[in-house]
Amino acid sequence: MFSVCADPKSIEGLTWLSCYLTSGKHLDFYMSFVTVLALLVVTAPAAMLLGFGGAMAARSQFAPLRWIGKLYSAMVRGVPDIVYFMFFVIALDQGLELIKHKIVCRDWAEPIFRGLEFHVCPAAKIPLATASPFTFQLYGFGLAVVTFAIVFGAFVANVLYGAMQAVPRAQLETAEAYGMSHRQVFRRILVPQMWTYALPGLANLWMILIKATPLLFLLSVKDIVYYARELGGTKTQAYEYPHPDWRIFYFLGLLVFYLVMTKLSEIVLGKITAKLSKGQATAAGEALRRAAV
Amino acid sequence: MKKLLLASAMLALTAGFASADVVRLATEGAYPPFNFIDDKGEVAGFEREFGDEICKRAALECTWTTNEWDSIIPNLQSGNYDVIIAGMSITDERKKVIDFTQNYYPPAASAYVAASADADIKTGVVSAQVSTIQAAYVAESGATLLEFPTPDETVAAVRNGEAAAVFADKDYLRPFVDESNGELQFVGEDVSIGGGVGLGIRQSDTELKGKLDGAISAMKADGSLNALIEKYFGAEGLKF
Repeated sequence: MFSVCADPKSIEGLTWLSCYLTSGKHLDFYMSFVTVLALLVVTAPAAMLLGFGGAMAARSQFAPLRWIGKLYSAMVRGVPDIVYFMFFVIALDQGLELIKHKIVCRDWAEPIFRGLEFHVCPAAKIPLATASPFTFQLYGFGLAVVTFAIVFGAFVANVLYGAMQAVPRAQLETAEAYGMSHRQVFRRILVPQMWTYALPGLANLWMILIKATPLLFLLSVKDIVYYARELGGTKTQAYEYPHPDWRIFYFLGLLVFYLVMTKLSEIVLGKITAKLSKGQATAAGEALRRAAV
Repeated sequence: MKKLLLASAMLALTAGFASADVVRLATEGAYPPFNFIDDKGEVAGFEREFGDEICKRAALECTWTTNEWDSIIPNLQSGNYDVIIAGMSITDERKKVIDFTQNYYPPAASAYVAASADADIKTGVVSAQVSTIQAAYVAESGATLLEFPTPDETVAAVRNGEAAAVFADKDYLRPFVDESNGELQFVGEDVSIGGGVGLGIRQSDTELKGKLDGAISAMKADGSLNALIEKYFGAEGLKF
């Protein structure tokens, strides 16, 4: 980046360190923090949507829909996350390519599954072989987001189901007595009141999601854990910036990052909880009333 | 709306034709001097230059990608890329699932490196990378195998005492021993395993294998391969 860094083997001390920390690979490392934050920003709403759908399905009067809702929740919560991550990434990738193959290459005579190999015509590959490396990384990231959303959506579904069941029946009966339709009761009374019961569970899930972001590393997405390991390992003279085993410093940096993220989340979620607890018949609401007196 | 659908379908098909000649090369990126990721973030090393030269001679358009060592063969079979160029030795076990071109680096020695000259390599803990010929050798030798996903972790294990010795390619270990200021040293005898380093391709890609083999033979014949080996492995590099 700086002109003094043109010949790394001839500089030392703080200059070397400043050149080292701004090398191309380190800039990629800093960008990977953005990748992790982007994952959080995209996965959280997606998981909430899936969770909402799952909770509504689980509460449905229509039996098959109810089974689907409960099955989704039970299956994903009952199987280790890693199994889903490993399975989904390959299965989704091959599934999408298979569908595209059926559409784009109808007259492909050769078999698709040959022994252990999976063949589709070149035009059906996702992403295409001619795509840029960025497209490949974006696609890998997209697969990861879908998988995270499915896994965390099941936990959200469970939390929201419990929260919906926890809203006092008296409130819903009063709304029905006013002549509100089932949909109106749901939209105006149930959902606004369920948040105060859902928030502790959802806050917990958010913390777990933050700490689960290193799973991106298992999905071959270049996240902060990948770069910490890659940059920290001993580097011989074959590299421009040789150094001994510095993994402990890089992982300390990751530790600080995660602690800061979780602390910030705790503060924000605490404020939201306080706001939602006003006037509620919960312990938090009671604490607010006592504090106000 | 119909025109839009037709146009995008045509685009997808023509894009398909253009991609027919693009060959994706996959490497590990953690194994200097064969392949590593330099400080700019690019794939570098002997295999980078070798791969670019092979593609030029075989008139193929090549792009590079990296993949973790453990899943490098399954991902080849899934079609994520077309060639494995990652210091992979030709072995009968691997030949059952993928195909290899002729070797482009002769069968090289693997050696033990330890922190002290009297390390117990026969029965002690020896570290090696997962899914390598060295790991298989250690497992059969009677020593306790300690496996790691990346090669530099295997050397770090010896440095911090987790393992008595590491067993890996001598070419990979030599820079570590040279730069360790006497902390690490070669112990025991060199062992020759594997049939040399070859390019890994799917068993059904016979046309690609022919092109790559042709390019490798040409490089061996005119001495450019030996020159490249000399450049990256120095005088100790094995030549054809």
